[in-house]
Amino acid sequence: MSALTLEKTFELEEIARCLRVDSLKLIYNRGAGHPGGALSAAEIMSVLYFHVLQIDPSRPEWKERDRFILSKGHASAVYYAALTRRGFFPRSELDTWGELDCPHQGHPDRFKTPGVDMTSGLLGHGVAIGVGLGLSARLNKMSYRTYVLLGDGECQGGIVWEGAMAASKFRLANLTVIIDYNNVQLDGPVSAVMPLEPLADKWAACGWHVVEVNGHSVQAVAEALDLAHQIHDRPTAVLAYTTKGRGVSFMENQSYWHGNVPNTEQFKQALIELGEVEND
Amino acid sequence: MTDLSMREAYGRALAEYGETNQRLVALDVDTSASTLSKFFAERFPDCFFNIGIAEPCMVDVAVGLALGGFLPFINGFASILSLRALEQIRTCVCYAQTNVKIAAGYAGVSDFKDGATHYSISDLANVRALPNMTVIVPADAAEAAAWVPLIAEYDGPVYLRLSRAGALPVYQSGAKLEIGKGRLLRSGDDLTLVATGTMVGRCFVAAEKLSAIGIDARLLEVHTLKPLDRELLISAAEETGAVVTAEEHNIIGGLGSAVAEALAETVPIPIERVGIPDRFCVTGRDLDKLMDHSGLSVENIIAAAMRVMERKR
Repeated sequence: MSALTLEKTFELEEIARCLRVDSLKLIYNRGAGHPGGALSAAEIMSVLYFHVLQIDPSRPEWKERDRFILSKGHASAVYYAALTRRGFFPRSELDTWGELDCPHQGHPDRFKTPGVDMTSGLLGHGVAIGVGLGLSARLNKMSYRTYVLLGDGECQGGIVWEGAMAASKFRLANLTVIIDYNNVQLDGPVSAVMPLEPLADKWAACGWHVVEVNGHSVQAVAEALDLAHQIHDRPTAVLAYTTKGRGVSFMENQSYWHGNVPNTEQFKQALIELGEVEND
Repeated sequence: MTDLSMREAYGRALAEYGETNQRLVALDVDTSASTLSKFFAERFPDCFFNIGIAEPCMVDVAVGLALGGFLPFINGFASILSLRALEQIRTCVCYAQTNVKIAAGYAGVSDFKDGATHYSISDLANVRALPNMTVIVPADAAEAAAWVPLIAEYDGPVYLRLSRAGALPVYQSGAKLEIGKGRLLRSGDDLTLVATGTMVGRCFVAAEKLSAIGIDARLLEVHTLKPLDRELLISAAEETGAVVTAEEHNIIGGLGSAVAEALAETVPIPIERVGIPDRFCVTGRDLDKLMDHSGLSVENIIAAAMRVMERKR
């Protein structure tokens, strides 16, 4: 990878915008979901799925593919939006999201949604599972990389740090964790619920290469992930500073929008703010 | 008890099996000198991962290895694996259907010197309630060794419950073992003893003593708690009309519960359960005496047999 061209930058930004729109449409239609943490991760998912990940939608089980784990599984809307846009399955399959006969679950299920490398939902698993995938690549002498997207509140759980220590012990340079650091969780600001700072120091103290970036800059995210490729003796943690509910003024930084669904008026307002013109 | 412990037989069998299966990897949590996964670690250091004292992490790392195409055996104490790491086992092994084998050592009260914190008396209840889980409880050291290749070659999550100690020998090397198929170890028509794990040998002794007073007990070994061999249980219930279950586990949720569930729905005959009577056990100097003290004695089995015979009349 190299620095993004201006054209690629615009493309990834436009994809991030579309992922936000798609996420809100999915959540609104389903009447359930987690908009705040989907909107905050839009640029990260855009850069991963449309620039970084070595994947092939026609071969979701391709052995050499890069792996991605959405450890913050509640952001499934933006995950599904990215997977459909990338061509892993038809978007129409999500028309019935939430219905009993829809294969795609509330949280990602690796057997039900093509392109999902690992089932997730309850928080905390991604880093340690990423360690196992990283060890597998090494044992198999394969060059694929594993990316894990964590929520910030998720870092309050001890198993994240068990995984962080293990990744460091095994010097898994093929593992990159991205923390969607939007500083808002279900009950309020992360800094009030259970402070994480100094979070970068904590990852560094566990032996990780740490990069701090503006998580809404596709260029910054791409550069951070590029930099991780050049580190050969440690895993990389990218602290992506983001805004919960990014792009929808009334959702930004509001814990209410962690897991609530906009009503019709709010939904229309959100689409307008995201530059999406309704045809009706 | 035999000289060879279940853990040693397992540990040696795992190392042996590593010679034949290149996908095999093993993980431990700073207990490899206890679980005896160290035999594998010494022979295959590149395929062994010590995760430190972090059972939930070990489960998830194993899940990643399974996703990467390997066959992980995870090793640790049953008490922690089935409690602290149960969520990882439930979500990432059972629900996500990853091919992880859980070798749960020091099960029951077999770690007799360490006491109730280390005993695992609810693990069978915990893991039996998980969809997609297969639960295996060997009766002795030879059987523990024999299960290693069988569960390795079975595709799916398995919980293998291992004692720290040995047990009265009941398994003849080479005898047929099949997941989900119980074994008839002794014929008899008056009642059926249904046992698992270390209690199989004790039930053998109880059956001989019952025979001496004119009670002819059938003995079934149910090594697979899940999926349960309902057909074998149903025919025994129909033919003998009374059942006693026996397990080194709390009376709640293990073999006795599984058998009662199956028979209540099919052949509702009198059942008595031998197990730890829903209490925390104490520390002991000697496992045999501790088991006797914990409600698992041969006399407990005989008393249950007498009760069930009385109810059968």
